[in-house]
Amino acid sequence: MPRFRAIALAALALVLPTAGSRAADQVNVYTYRETKLVQPLFDAFTRETGIAVNVISASSGLEQRIKAEGANSPADVLLTVDIGRIDDAVLAGITQPIKSAVIDEIVPPQYRDPNGHWAGISMRARVIYAAKDRVKQDTISYEELADPKWKGKICIRSGQHIYNNALFAAYLAKYGEQKTEQWLRGLKANLAQKPSGGDRETARDVAAGKCDLGIGNTYYWALMMNADPDKKPWAEATKVLLPTFVGGGTHVNLSGVLLTKHAPNHANAVKLIEWLVSDSAQQIYADSNYEYPIRPGVPLNATVASYGKLIADPMPIAKIAAQRKAASILVDKVGFDN
Amino acid sequence: MTAVVQPTLTASLHDRPAFQEQRVRQLSKDEAWSRRIMVRDTMVPITTAGRAAPRADLVALILALLTALLVAAPVLSLLLIAWQPAGDVWPVLLAYVLQPAITDTALLVLGVGSLTLLIGAGTAFLMTSFDFPGRRVLLWLLPLPLAVPTYLVAYVYVDLFEPLGLIHRVLTLALPSADALALLPALRSLPGAVLLLGLVLYPYVYLAAQALWQAQSADASEAARVLGASRGTIFWRITLPMARPALAVGAALVALETLNDIGASEYLGVRTLTVAVFTTWLNRGSLAGAAQLALVLLCLVALLIAIERIARRKASVELPSEATRLKPRTALSARRGWAALTICLLPPLLGFIVPVLYLLGTALRRAVLSGIEPSLWRDALHTVTLAVIATGLALLLALIVMLAQRWRADRTSAIATSVAQLGYALPGTVLALGLLTPLLAFDNAIAAIAASMGNAAPGLLLIGSGGALVLAYVIRFLAVPTGLLRAGFEQIPRDYDDSVRAVGAGRLTALWRIDLPLLKPALLGAAIVVFVDCLKELPATLLLRPLNVETLATSIYQYASRGSFEDGAMAALIIVAASVPPVIWLTRFSERRS
Repeated sequence: MPRFRAIALAALALVLPTAGSRAADQVNVYTYRETKLVQPLFDAFTRETGIAVNVISASSGLEQRIKAEGANSPADVLLTVDIGRIDDAVLAGITQPIKSAVIDEIVPPQYRDPNGHWAGISMRARVIYAAKDRVKQDTISYEELADPKWKGKICIRSGQHIYNNALFAAYLAKYGEQKTEQWLRGLKANLAQKPSGGDRETARDVAAGKCDLGIGNTYYWALMMNADPDKKPWAEATKVLLPTFVGGGTHVNLSGVLLTKHAPNHANAVKLIEWLVSDSAQQIYADSNYEYPIRPGVPLNATVASYGKLIADPMPIAKIAAQRKAASILVDKVGFDN
Repeated sequence: MTAVVQPTLTASLHDRPAFQEQRVRQLSKDEAWSRRIMVRDTMVPITTAGRAAPRADLVALILALLTALLVAAPVLSLLLIAWQPAGDVWPVLLAYVLQPAITDTALLVLGVGSLTLLIGAGTAFLMTSFDFPGRRVLLWLLPLPLAVPTYLVAYVYVDLFEPLGLIHRVLTLALPSADALALLPALRSLPGAVLLLGLVLYPYVYLAAQALWQAQSADASEAARVLGASRGTIFWRITLPMARPALAVGAALVALETLNDIGASEYLGVRTLTVAVFTTWLNRGSLAGAAQLALVLLCLVALLIAIERIARRKASVELPSEATRLKPRTALSARRGWAALTICLLPPLLGFIVPVLYLLGTALRRAVLSGIEPSLWRDALHTVTLAVIATGLALLLALIVMLAQRWRADRTSAIATSVAQLGYALPGTVLALGLLTPLLAFDNAIAAIAASMGNAAPGLLLIGSGGALVLAYVIRFLAVPTGLLRAGFEQIPRDYDDSVRAVGAGRLTALWRIDLPLLKPALLGAAIVVFVDCLKELPATLLLRPLNVETLATSIYQYASRGSFEDGAMAALIIVAASVPPVIWLTRFSERRS
């Protein structure tokens, strides 16, 4: 009997955190960004405003959950880590326009929805980790990655991973299907090994001499350099090159924020969204997540600044998002992951 | 009266292991009264004994059908999603994706299946046939890799064996760096995935085979020996075929676990069908296409289950009730003993000890660097609570489903049993996606009722409370206790039941007094596997958990997905640590019994 009571109590403990999730001083966030990364932000928000933030994070399917929860959904805000999920959420019809003068003023038009359903809050660039001792050049273009001079010298994770999917979609948006297919075949022919692992393994393979160029996101390199003594040698053996499209800039991906259609804590949700682009929040994004702040004028983290000046490609994010499916099909067509 | 009946009852039980005999004796005392009626009037048909009570078999059947409905709910909802037009995904799938995906999936499943059969059956045979040094420790060490999630073993070994990892650094002490690099195995590959998955999945086969061989009778092999059969012949002709049902259950669980793995395969660069389901959904934006592909996968699984069932039907499964003395274990000579020890130590060494030492080292260094996160203990409490509740419910439902089949043995109950095992076949995220619609239809209906009764903010009952998670775990893992209980039931000759019922005891009495005690090893084995599986479960947990609730697995995931899974080492260690005591307890119990 005591054992039963213990189980019942524990079960109650599970129920309790959700009780009162609609109280006046709360806001509920569904996020694709890991809780551990956004928690410092939310703690700061609660300290400043007294509004408690309840969180659930997942790797996929949050749009479907919000949709199924319907009008009773506790979700107020959805945070995503790439343009794909932003696009999916809007298409699923689970969002509403944010309608905030603050967002319109701070977030550059290129990084928000013309209809107001989403806004970017931070950026990361898809760049090159180059072997310091074997790669002499300090600039590089995305187009050049298909050049046979790199044959057997490039490492990359799965071509279907969302970060690569967005990069290839950006290429498609610029050059169309035929040229992109050609480029993907060239890139595939230059790979040192079958795509696998993550961006961190890519850096490691470059450091170990398996390949000379690795394709990865900006913050992974900064995390290896600053947050993990074991991985520091991998970062130290490589240098980050900010590649550009010929005649354009560097491919960036967005972390975005969306307001849900049935947000039960509407006012608090807008307050949180506006706060996320404030100076203090953007500084946290820059310093603890090693991302590029969306708000102009917020200083970069020193490591990120050391990559050089980022000139983001001007292609509108929405146009890139529209090419995701085509990019995914091309990856299969050229057998990129095989 | 008692004296009259007892000899006839125990006569057929002559020489049975003391444990079972004692059970039956106890029964014959306790049930003296009801037996007296039966003995006095042997013409009373058996069914009258339970006329007043509700028909236990009918109740079991209805509950079994409800259970099957619960498991079928996400599958049906997937069917509905799959019914939508999928756009133009199929031409692409057919042209570029399916052929390599099916090849990779088949090779992976065959590879992992063969490897786990080899390791699982080999070690189980050595452990149940021989005595050798270290056997007692191995008894609880061998099942432990079960506690190591597949994604974890992939991360750990890739980190150890990749360039610049520990092994590479050690090799460079003796060799030039480039030569050492060439020596490293390519773990991020199909063979690597087979090896790594096999190292942590073999306990499914081991546990099933070990439970069966441990209870094997000495008769058949002794008769064979008298007839001059060699040891090898006895193994291939008698011991191994006898274990076929158990090996089939174990191998089927391994195959299903391999099929629904996504984390490890993706990380190791193996493009399975499951990976194709995800790219179809997330990159090609077609949930309907993904659901259709998932259903193709499900058909493959149904095929697997059918093959397993046919394999079992061919093997004569029920042991005769005259099965007598347990086969004694042979003591091995010192040299052979050491060989057996080495063979049996290798799998748990690689599948458990190495990953745990790695995690310990990492976790200790992290703890020194940044301390232990206080939230970890709350996460651990959440995880264990959910796992305990789900395990209890899964065992209960599995028992009901199997009872319905044993008691009724008709087509309906057979269908209920098959359906009840479907959940294990679905990748966790797909299961969770399928569950969303029926689950939230229920939650929203409850909320509407609550609102109509004047409750202003009713909220969502199941998904808001963790109830959704418990259901997801039960649906996902029900195949484990169903399979193990089926193998367990097949060990119980039907004439035990008949004997008990012949003396007028009802089905429930027979269940309580005969079946359950005999099923205890199967029940405990199933409990451990389900409990540990729940602790490890990640994808369904991610999508269905309530706000602010983290489990140990989601906590590890949080770190892994930002590329620093070492920070999750402490959470991983707690998962492993929580699995160790039940495994040790289980092995102690089953040793005492034999």
